[in-house]
Amino acid sequence: MSQTDVATLEVHSATGLPSRKILMWAFIGSECMLFGSLIITYLVYRGKSIVGPYPEELLNIPFITVTTFVLLMSSLMMVLALSAVQRGDMKWGKVWLLMTAVFGMVFLGGQVYEFTHFVHEGLTLQTNLFGGSFFLLTGTHGAHVTVGVIWLLSLFFMGVRGRLTQASAETVEIAGLYWHFVDVVWIVLFTLIYLLS
Amino acid sequence: MAVTGAVGAETPGVGAQDHGGTYSGGIWSWLTTVDHKRIGVMYGVSAFLFFLVGGIEALLIRLQLGTPENTLINPDLYNQLFTMHGTTMVFLAIMPLSAAFFNFIVPLQIGARDVAFPRLNAFSFWVFFLGALFMNSSFLFGGAPDAGWFGYANLTSTQYSPGMRVDFWVLGLLVLGVSSIAAALNFIVTIINLRCEGMHFMRMPLFTWMTLITSFLLVMAFPAITVGLVLLMFDRMFGTQFFNPLAGGDVLLWQHLFWIFGHPEVYILLLPGLGMVSEIIPVFSRKPLFGYAFVVYSGVLIAFLGFGVWAHHMFAVGLGPVANTVFAAATMLIAIPTGVKIFNWIATLWGGSLRLKTPLYFCLGFIAMFIIGGLSGVMHASAAADLQQTDTYFIVAHIHYVLFGGVMFALFAGMYYWIPKVTGRMLSDRLGKIHFWIMLVSFNLTFFPQHFLGLHGMPRRTFTYESGLGFEAMNLMSTVGALLLGSSMLIFIWNVLQMLRKGPPTGADPWGGSTLEWSIASPPPHYNFKVLPKVYGRDPLWAADTSDSRPGDDVEAPEPHMPGPSAFPLTTAIGIVVMAAGGLTTTLPVLFVGVAVVLFGVYGWAFQPLEH
Amino acid sequence: MAQSNEHVQHAHPSNGTYVLVAAVLGVLTAVEVAVFYLEAVRPVLVPLLLTLSAAKFTMVVGFFMHLRFDSKLYRALFVGPLVVAIAVMIAMLFINGVFRL
Ligand SMILES: [Cu+2]
Repeated sequence: MSQTDVATLEVHSATGLPSRKILMWAFIGSECMLFGSLIITYLVYRGKSIVGPYPEELLNIPFITVTTFVLLMSSLMMVLALSAVQRGDMKWGKVWLLMTAVFGMVFLGGQVYEFTHFVHEGLTLQTNLFGGSFFLLTGTHGAHVTVGVIWLLSLFFMGVRGRLTQASAETVEIAGLYWHFVDVVWIVLFTLIYLLS
Repeated sequence: MAVTGAVGAETPGVGAQDHGGTYSGGIWSWLTTVDHKRIGVMYGVSAFLFFLVGGIEALLIRLQLGTPENTLINPDLYNQLFTMHGTTMVFLAIMPLSAAFFNFIVPLQIGARDVAFPRLNAFSFWVFFLGALFMNSSFLFGGAPDAGWFGYANLTSTQYSPGMRVDFWVLGLLVLGVSSIAAALNFIVTIINLRCEGMHFMRMPLFTWMTLITSFLLVMAFPAITVGLVLLMFDRMFGTQFFNPLAGGDVLLWQHLFWIFGHPEVYILLLPGLGMVSEIIPVFSRKPLFGYAFVVYSGVLIAFLGFGVWAHHMFAVGLGPVANTVFAAATMLIAIPTGVKIFNWIATLWGGSLRLKTPLYFCLGFIAMFIIGGLSGVMHASAAADLQQTDTYFIVAHIHYVLFGGVMFALFAGMYYWIPKVTGRMLSDRLGKIHFWIMLVSFNLTFFPQHFLGLHGMPRRTFTYESGLGFEAMNLMSTVGALLLGSSMLIFIWNVLQMLRKGPPTGADPWGGSTLEWSIASPPPHYNFKVLPKVYGRDPLWAADTSDSRPGDDVEAPEPHMPGPSAFPLTTAIGIVVMAAGGLTTTLPVLFVGVAVVLFGVYGWAFQPLEH
Repeated sequence: MAQSNEHVQHAHPSNGTYVLVAAVLGVLTAVEVAVFYLEAVRPVLVPLLLTLSAAKFTMVVGFFMHLRFDSKLYRALFVGPLVVAIAVMIAMLFINGVFRL
């Protein structure tokens, strides 16, 4: 009801595209520069630490491969959730949303484990430049994942309360764009931090 | 401009034209408003107040430097003054003053009823306003930031800057970044998606074009300084080593990140002014802008190249001949699209039937001053020349010719041009011209001698100088000029107050403008256009074939529904500043309260329907 | 290809395609890790890994974020800042002499 009244602002669209989706893409563009600057920091400080522990002593490739895989698969869950909601299949929509969030939490759990392990091995924010730039870069990414998990869980609970319908496919799609972007950032970080160490 | 707070409270509606209560309602209606016009007015009034604050800081600096070995201001206070003068003018005066115009004018120019996200817009304003108060409150808590407006590492380390001063600066700028990015995203979507029927990109008014380009610059440039500030914050609060040379940290990384932001920032400050001038000159020459497409594309080109020149601020740090040469060449390249614009303005004036009103005066002053600022800019685009000029008053003269002689003249042109649309009343043209002449003469008296002071070797940011170095006369000239310049602002304020009291009402279109904002009443009704307009060309109000479709107010149509007020943007903004205060004092409970308020605000916002 | 799809907003790939894309992503990740341990590819490790990573990046953006099928406007909004970010990054690495990845 109120939706149609406000049509003046919401529905009017010179491009025929939804405003919120344009907003999300423009925001993602901005995020490229944010992660770009963080990556610059990390790369400029590669090999500049004057005390250990150094990356090659700590980074656990097999472990991080597993969590990377989990995050990649969460992106699959996300597109399945969207396509279910677009079909109006709210049952599976909710299932896939929850699964996406759970996979996200598994990834975060892995990051928490990794961070604690590093701290035990003597690497903290303060130890050296590697510690500072590593924790800042992966931590910023982790914070983005956390926001995404909260967002997805909010959508899931909206679904449980019946407030998520086929009409809200756009809302799910926008959350999905954010989630995939966070995944894409990790694809880059996985290569730059871990495989190119 | 400095009006409208009072308008709502005391004089219900300015003149007879206050349709649908554009400005009426109590303080609560202002705190919760999502109307782009009210938000624009709030941006304008608060930015102008901070412009005065920054101006007073500048006057204190000039008073100190008026005579050699002066003891009026001690070195510590002097450091705070020049730091806060720069920070205030860039982040709290010019940028939000531009934002005031984005808010008020852009939706009208593209024939829209509001911005794409009205509540996000209110949020941007409140974050800016509270963040600005936060930063300035440092004067009351142990002193203001004092490490310069570009805060070079490692002067900003806890070792050299103990206490909370630099923390105020870091957190304040982080908060202001949130505001700028949110606002810029909003305007990108607004301009892309809310253009009225027929308004293709190549028919958009130039001010709207420059707003779009500026918004893209903002969303791309701000993340770089955000990262730099976060690194600095981690160094100061958590003991990381990012800018600690003893641990291998690279102080130049700060300079890179700052100027990757900082040079595009120059265009963020400049382009809105260029857009205004490109609107005003055609109207007062009675002919369309010469080479519209050239002006648009040169704006795009300036923005794009603007990301490839940042290291010209770092010629003196020793990046090596290759880097210096590349960045010098790229910098000189930017002079070309800038020169194109100047050519277009002059060609528009050429053969036009000029109406010498105040807005045009300021445009002409802008062109002249901006050329001088551009020329001195090309001078230190050469790395070799720059080595002689870096950190001297020559640079101070240059930046003021660009940002005051350029941007502020353009912004004043914009104010004289559009304030009648905002208030529905005319400013005095006579007072405006007096303002212009005093400002022009005193501006040059203040800053022209600084070129010579710089070339004679007077360093910037030094609280005094010895007598007998040959600096006395020109410093005195500069100080006298600055005082005159300050007093010219009083004329402007007087003009605005007189206008509010007894300014003659203006019709919809006092200047014979060509763009859509002049087709509706002044001030516009809260819904702007009863029927969304349709345009068929670049200057819709000048085109003969649209005489029948002036989307005026007298059309028979129901009043459009507009989004209802919301307190959540303000709530969320308060939460963000509380978080900053928690970070500043490193008190976790305060931080958590801030986070909780933000979460509450965001959820309330997300689940509140647009219309009540 | 995008032009022809512009009016068909929901010409999104089927779930089968999504699963296939995810499988390829998984395989590429496995290949990345494998070449990391392979002595033979040491000399070309850096370009190889960057290429694989870029391929994964493009697939997620193209298929999962629908950029291949959606309006060109979205692509411009994303690719523009991305290009600027990469250009700035490369310039910074040159300036800092980090070209030894
Ligand atoms: Cu510059």
